[in-house]
Amino acid sequence: MSKSVKLKRGFTINLAGKAEKTLAEIKQPETFAVKPTDFIGMLRPKALVDVGDNVKAGTPVLIDNKQNKVLYTSPVSGEIVEIKRGDKRKLLEIVILADREIEYESFKSYTVSDLANASRTEVQEQLLNSGAWPNIIQRPYGIVADPEDSPRDIFISGFDSHPLAPDYNLILKGEERNFQIGIKVLKKFTTGTIHVNIDGHAEVNQVYTGDDSVQINKFTGIHPIGNVGVQIHHLAPISKNDLVWTINPYGVIQIGRLFLEGRYDASKVIALAGSEVKNPQYYKTFGGAGINKFIENNLNGNHVRYISGNVLTGESIGEQGHLGYYDHLITVIPEGDKPEFMGWILPTFNKLSFSRAIGLLSFLNSSKKEYVIDTNTKGEPRAFVQTGAFEKVVPMDIYPTHLIKSILAEDYDDMESLGIYEIIEEDFALCEFIDVSKHEIQAIVRDGLNLMQYS
Amino acid sequence: MKFIQKAIEKVKPPFERGGKLEKYYFLFESLETFLFVPKETTLSRGVQIRDGVDLKRFMITVIVALTPALIFGIYNVGYQHFLAIGVEPASSLDIWYVGALRVVPIVIVAYVAGLFLTEFVFSVVRQHPINEGYLVSGMLIPLVMPPTIPLWQVALASIFAVVIAKEAFGGTGMNVLNVALVARAFLYFAYPGFMTGDNVWVYLGDSAAVDGFSGATPLAILATTVESGQSATAALAAYGDTFSLSSMFFGLVPGSIGETSVLWILVGAVILIATGVGSWRIILSGFAGALAMAFILKLGGANPYFAVDPLYHLVIGGMAFGIVFMATDPVTGSQTNTGKWIYGAMIGILTIVIRVLNPAYPEGIMLAILFMNVFAPLIDYYVVGANKKRRLKRATV
Repeated sequence: MSKSVKLKRGFTINLAGKAEKTLAEIKQPETFAVKPTDFIGMLRPKALVDVGDNVKAGTPVLIDNKQNKVLYTSPVSGEIVEIKRGDKRKLLEIVILADREIEYESFKSYTVSDLANASRTEVQEQLLNSGAWPNIIQRPYGIVADPEDSPRDIFISGFDSHPLAPDYNLILKGEERNFQIGIKVLKKFTTGTIHVNIDGHAEVNQVYTGDDSVQINKFTGIHPIGNVGVQIHHLAPISKNDLVWTINPYGVIQIGRLFLEGRYDASKVIALAGSEVKNPQYYKTFGGAGINKFIENNLNGNHVRYISGNVLTGESIGEQGHLGYYDHLITVIPEGDKPEFMGWILPTFNKLSFSRAIGLLSFLNSSKKEYVIDTNTKGEPRAFVQTGAFEKVVPMDIYPTHLIKSILAEDYDDMESLGIYEIIEEDFALCEFIDVSKHEIQAIVRDGLNLMQYS
Repeated sequence: MKFIQKAIEKVKPPFERGGKLEKYYFLFESLETFLFVPKETTLSRGVQIRDGVDLKRFMITVIVALTPALIFGIYNVGYQHFLAIGVEPASSLDIWYVGALRVVPIVIVAYVAGLFLTEFVFSVVRQHPINEGYLVSGMLIPLVMPPTIPLWQVALASIFAVVIAKEAFGGTGMNVLNVALVARAFLYFAYPGFMTGDNVWVYLGDSAAVDGFSGATPLAILATTVESGQSATAALAAYGDTFSLSSMFFGLVPGSIGETSVLWILVGAVILIATGVGSWRIILSGFAGALAMAFILKLGGANPYFAVDPLYHLVIGGMAFGIVFMATDPVTGSQTNTGKWIYGAMIGILTIVIRVLNPAYPEGIMLAILFMNVFAPLIDYYVVGANKKRRLKRATV
């Protein structure tokens, strides 16, 4: 049953500042946040708490007025200290000042046999009320799953191939039992298969192998090999009217903890990485952690960008920012807001490029060379000119350029027939990176998905 | 470099939004970005880092690939000049001098007319950035001109090509036809006397040609064999060693400025393929298509032109230049890999068909590429259509 897939296309961005595989002790950050902007497809975010309220870990703090069954809860216990809003009072962050000792809302805890007898409705209630539900993502569209749906299959990518990605062997260590329980819970939602896709290059992660009710598939290749969208395409592609769910292994574990221990445990191991970090390594903290404690006295430069997530799909969050709900990585890279004299023509070995155009000599470097890349766009936006390049970094039977153009033209039929249901932003992130004409391709992809979803 | 940067920052404000010279912003931007890669950084969402490549570097790669053909073209114009007037040049410097005196003004005029007079005006009127595409077009146009072309025609053709072939469609990236070929086709049909015949391919200047001089190109000679019935080999051999396979490969023969030397064009091809800027699929299938078609015609053998050795077709005229530098234009060519094979092969095939079956147009490559430019979207339509069908089929089973 299990499949083994080898893919050649893609591109490796080998960045300097990989996290050492050590877990550092650190004083916990003071503030944690829940950010509505982490949840794509959240239309009407509404805060359920006011400044000064006390919450426990698992207390609802946020809902989407358009989908009010899903509760978004606090990762820690403490006091709401700020509700940050942006333009037009857009809700940005609900900030919680954490207690020393975390108190938990109590949910029902299950034994394995309890769980076997529990109905879907019962476990669904618990997932929705605890704040663990948003771990489940629906494809097409890459949005928080609708509790009414039953997915065809569930896909779990067991590794992350992004630049500087955290090692899942380390961040999931010792969670075997939680993972198995999480899978048992997810089983209640689908009659299809639960796929766990593992890295063909690496040692098999013990966390995934204890359960024979899932299908384990091996994927060998370079980034974007770890993207669940690419994996789905090669296992059981999403066609029109199909609906599948995806979930990060951490999400499965969080669900497992919820049912075993009866509490919403948002503790997680995260990596701090990037060329500007003095000691890039792993830390244990909670979801939504403020990043300032990790970077304090731990930076090489002072003009840097703080990214929640990786350099391809992450978000710049600033020095006082908080880790995103789905992220296990903080990346710190230099800001590139300096003009470069004749930078478009001088020969260089130090600018990483997928292209071999005159003077771009990075392809001659050893593949082990690690690059320091700043945030400069390295060129100006232009019309589409180059052809054939995007195809080389999207290992799917999809024509990226044609799909992107059909989105720009708002041609619904073409978007559908060219495969928009099979992708989300991250699957085209490498296209955006290598684009000669510097388009914002991920934003275009989301526009296309929104067009398909809401009209 | 700091002081240049400071100077730019100082003169910038009036060009920015709301400034007095706001409408000239893109003019200013083109100069600024020529000197400095701007300090723009990535947005807070989306990729946080970008690849080191940009369109300027992409385009300059093509210019570098064209340079060998240009330099050889300069030499050849001078060489043909002295050969035709029957004077032994004092030194090779004289050859370079005469060649440069003729070719450099053509290049300058093509850039001034196309870039400064046309693109700049459009960037102000239409408010779009000045695209780097014309860096390449401005170099291609002189290279496909006969050396005797009057400068005003170069200017006219460049302006016509930029306005009608490019800006009318929305600028670089939107054009359907190859800009440089439109310039050539325009002159070809508007001023045929300056673009065809035996008297345009060798620059004589003020001197007179020696007795017995013929400025005929091999293509023209071959075209006469259809009437005369003389064998192609004999017709070319009448000119001695001038039109042997090897001399046409090295390129010291009359012809358009940059088109004669297959050797230096292939050097350009190697640069394009090695850098990945030009599609090797188009180049390979273009040559293969031409060879195959010429071979088929040779088997048919209806007249002496049919019987020309297929290898000759590859080194004669603008075939190599067209396939390497014009057919590989990413904007006007086919965009899918499968499409590129078909597109390249059809260009090769059509070139031979036009040459041999319709000797009224001695050179077929120009029309073949323009024709396939028009058909490229159709090829892609079917290639992409196959992808759509696969997806649809999967959904219904």
